[in-house]
Amino acid sequence: MTLNLSELRFGDELLKRGFAKMTKGGVIMDVTTAEQAVIAEKAGAVSVMALERVPSDIRAAGGVARMADPEKIKEIMNAVSIPVMAKVRIGHISEGLVLQQLGVDMLDESEVLTPADPFFHIYKKDLTIPVVCGARSIQEAVRRILEGAAMIRTKGEAGTGNIIEAVRHIRMVNEGIKIIKTLSNEELIKAARNIASSYSILRHNVSKDLFGAEDYLGEFDLYSGLSLEAIEKEAVKVLKDIKRLDRLPVVNFAAGGVATPSDGALMMKLGTDGVFVGSGIFKSKDPEKMARAVVEAVENYEDYKLIGDVSSNLVGMPGIEIENIPPEQKLQERGW
Amino acid sequence: MGLLGFQGDVSEHKTALLKASKNRGMNITVREIRKDSDMNNISGLIIPGGESTTIYNLINSYGLYARIKNEGMNGLPIWGTCAGLIIISKNTGDDRVIGMDLLDVEVERNAYGRQINSFISELDISGIGKFEGVFIRAPVISHVGDVEVMAYYNEKPVMVRHMNYIGTTFHPELTDDTRIHELFLDLVEREGYTSTGNNKGDN
Repeated sequence: MTLNLSELRFGDELLKRGFAKMTKGGVIMDVTTAEQAVIAEKAGAVSVMALERVPSDIRAAGGVARMADPEKIKEIMNAVSIPVMAKVRIGHISEGLVLQQLGVDMLDESEVLTPADPFFHIYKKDLTIPVVCGARSIQEAVRRILEGAAMIRTKGEAGTGNIIEAVRHIRMVNEGIKIIKTLSNEELIKAARNIASSYSILRHNVSKDLFGAEDYLGEFDLYSGLSLEAIEKEAVKVLKDIKRLDRLPVVNFAAGGVATPSDGALMMKLGTDGVFVGSGIFKSKDPEKMARAVVEAVENYEDYKLIGDVSSNLVGMPGIEIENIPPEQKLQERGW
Repeated sequence: MGLLGFQGDVSEHKTALLKASKNRGMNITVREIRKDSDMNNISGLIIPGGESTTIYNLINSYGLYARIKNEGMNGLPIWGTCAGLIIISKNTGDDRVIGMDLLDVEVERNAYGRQINSFISELDISGIGKFEGVFIRAPVISHVGDVEVMAYYNEKPVMVRHMNYIGTTFHPELTDDTRIHELFLDLVEREGYTSTGNNKGDN
């Protein structure tokens, strides 16, 4: 049998979403060194997120947080057989393409890094590898999916060890799905129009500059070659998928505050397909034990005896009360 | 029907199995396998796609490795897709995942490269015909022993079967095409095997 290149397809939606499906029921762990990556792999992580600093250290350090050093990512890729993900700044397609070229398996367009584009997120259909994005609500999730996100995660509030924001966000998404289930076609179109409107902020500002109060939305390229009408159409498609499937059409993980095995179990019970743990593993007292414990709790999220057993004598990371974070330091407010 | 439920695209296999059974006019129930007693009274087992290292570790920590291997040797039909195939293979060349030596093939993990090299290609499967092959960080079957090769991609086997085993390096469960799931149900029916155990299952 000879290879027929015309029949070969790379970077399809099916491959991107399919990759994400292979991580279902699993835990994805933040790691900053090859040694940590090996610990995560041995503990049963389905993937690792290669970083220079975990979110709690990024939070403490302040300043501009960018994609990790490619050398660091290469070290981690060489150390493990599981897929390696890396974070890219919101809207920074060039960082995304550099990481793709490097061989990273999935990108996280993440609010943990400092956003690069004040108007737009990356048009993820321009990338061959899949991208995961954070969302605080159903409309945010729909926007990311229509841009080509192959996976959604709650934003939560990264680096806090406090689960409340992740719970808030999964509840916002779940409630949205419940409402969408009941909507008529006309109502779906109305919702799509509202969801699409955020893409017109740049055009709106510039047309106001030119014409004063008037809007000049036009029918031409608003975002990555899509007109407002085209974006609305894409949003309707995603909303219809949600209505038909009674869930997001892509894999949906928890992230941003998972610090203990029970936190992981709680998020699974609330309907997530898996869990990202950022600072929670390697900021705990015994990372190896914590990593295994979170994996076991996520796999068996309703086996409370087991979760109790694996949680014994674990010391989690110190937590931060959300009220004590100044609004401008809340990572979840980045992106829209 | 048993479906190893720890990790991976479990629900996609479940949906495909139920659709396939409908097409075949069969009445089946699908049980997710997570512990030894779940293995009682099943007539077939699918090991899904996922992360082979993760699934392998979990099979071991929940004491299912020997049980699955023994049931396979006794005749339980087992189909492994991608990670599942790696687990039932003879040799993986990687001590992070030791194959069960049920299916006489040697595999090389992630041999096509990383996710950017994942691809979709049309396959020609013997007895089935044209099929959309979805390969995601797929292993390559580098050597085959006593098995029937049902499909090749680029001169490498991508679907094999032998006795009560089927292995695919691609993911039929990610497509709407249930013909391979139907083939597996036919195998299950033909073998007529039911696993036994001390605990009573509900299948």
